[in-house]
Amino acid sequence: MKTDLSHLRADFPILSRLIHDRPLVFLDSAASSQKPVQVLDAMDDLYRSRYGNVYRGAYTLSEESTMAYESARSTVARFIGTSPNQVAFTRGATSALNSVAYGWGLNHLGQGDTIVLTLMEHHANVVPWQMVARYTGARLAYTPFTADYRMDLDAFEGLVDGARVVAITGMSNVLGTIPPVAEMAAMASASGALVVVDAAQLVPHVPVDVDRIGADFLAFSGHKMLGPTGIGVLWGRMERFEEMEPYEGGGEMISDVQLESSTWASIPHRFEAGTPPFVEAVGLAAAMDYLDSIGMQTVAAHDQELTTLALERLAEIPGLTIYGPGNATDRGGVISFTMEGIHPHDIATILDGEGIAIRAGHHCARPLARTIGAPATARVSFYVYNVPADVDALVAGLHKARKLFDVT
Amino acid sequence: MSLEDLYRQVILDHYRSPRNQGHIDGCDAHGEGQNPLCGDEISLDLAINDDTITGVAITGQGCSISQASASMMSEAIKGKTLGEVTDLIHRFRRMMDVEQGDDGLDPARPGSVLGDLEALQGVRKFPVRIKCASLPWTTLEQALETR
Repeated sequence: MKTDLSHLRADFPILSRLIHDRPLVFLDSAASSQKPVQVLDAMDDLYRSRYGNVYRGAYTLSEESTMAYESARSTVARFIGTSPNQVAFTRGATSALNSVAYGWGLNHLGQGDTIVLTLMEHHANVVPWQMVARYTGARLAYTPFTADYRMDLDAFEGLVDGARVVAITGMSNVLGTIPPVAEMAAMASASGALVVVDAAQLVPHVPVDVDRIGADFLAFSGHKMLGPTGIGVLWGRMERFEEMEPYEGGGEMISDVQLESSTWASIPHRFEAGTPPFVEAVGLAAAMDYLDSIGMQTVAAHDQELTTLALERLAEIPGLTIYGPGNATDRGGVISFTMEGIHPHDIATILDGEGIAIRAGHHCARPLARTIGAPATARVSFYVYNVPADVDALVAGLHKARKLFDVT
Repeated sequence: MSLEDLYRQVILDHYRSPRNQGHIDGCDAHGEGQNPLCGDEISLDLAINDDTITGVAITGQGCSISQASASMMSEAIKGKTLGEVTDLIHRFRRMMDVEQGDDGLDPARPGSVLGDLEALQGVRKFPVRIKCASLPWTTLEQALETR
């Protein structure tokens, strides 16, 4: 490993926990990451000393909270290379994707229109589109992937012709595949489609400049990138935001309310109905500052080195099948696998006995699970606090599982 | 709680060589269960004569706990009357600690009357796996209710 980030581990209190008397080896950051003290302190400080509802009060605490919230918006904008008024805070990537599906889709889609998805999507970028398709009469088309788990661009080119919406993942939460989203966005835009990117796995792990991707909307969550739960971001191109109706109505998203109708506040506030998760936004900004202090290039390189190491080591285990690209190029730090003779849930339980936390199941991507023919897989995923010793522990745990199940 | 308590040899044996696999043509009761969280699946066919379960056939896929539980269940209910099976279902629930009762069972070993199935008692120390062990039993209950 050229990139040594082991000094960061001291920032994560949970990493000193023992699980079944063993030091915790946390390999499930793709589901949700752990939090550094810098994030916990930023939120704690706001709750303890500056807390008041945002925008509503002409008093000091409210003003301070409002400033902290808007400052968080600026931090997010800087982190993804955009301006603050193109950053709408949401409850997470799921609510961001729903707000596009409903807020844009319901008002622009009609009978027979095509929504192009991919077979790699997380349910969060499938189910909202299914619901909107049901309301509007639009139809869904799925982009397949190739035998080496890369996006099938030839098929995609055929599908996007005439499509109204193209909703694609920035990085698969099961395969680790990072599709060429910029290239795909360009192909889709050329045919006039709205391009939506589910970047829940991408933004935490790879430097992202939204202008380079060229999408219309991009969604991600805070909790997968060292931030708290309950906060996410919807970035949008301004002219597309203007085409979109608010998905939720309520306080703070209006400019005026009459008895029969209302007019909307400015963008992005019209997409933030109700008291927003402003403490969580401040936590997310602290997480982004933390990632910035490491450098996202370094974060990506570290992921890639651990992934390369893990792919090599896992290949040594007999009967183990990996579902995903065979090397770390254009691939994130997510490795899904099965083992002959041991079900993924049993693998997860046995590893937990060793203090190792991994995910087992369909990872909220059942269409993908059916496509690869593995209804359940075991999945490990890496982040900044993981070290090569975690891969050693994983491999030792898998050998122990084989022994316990008497697999030869 | 050690892993050896969860993965007893008898469980692994039933997982590797599940009993009563297959289907029954023209079965008298049929149930299907799945655990959407982890994708465990059970399909259960029963042949019932008078008041007695005379045939059991199971297909399914999933973890060792769900599939071993199904295999053991198939052996336990074959030849039993419906009343005895209902009693067995309650006792299994008691063993998994998902149901209370004052039926005089030893609280430390509520599974002691269940034969091979007692090997699954270790599962209750692993709360997330209780659903796996219980899946065949809820499927059985559903099959009997809807027949």
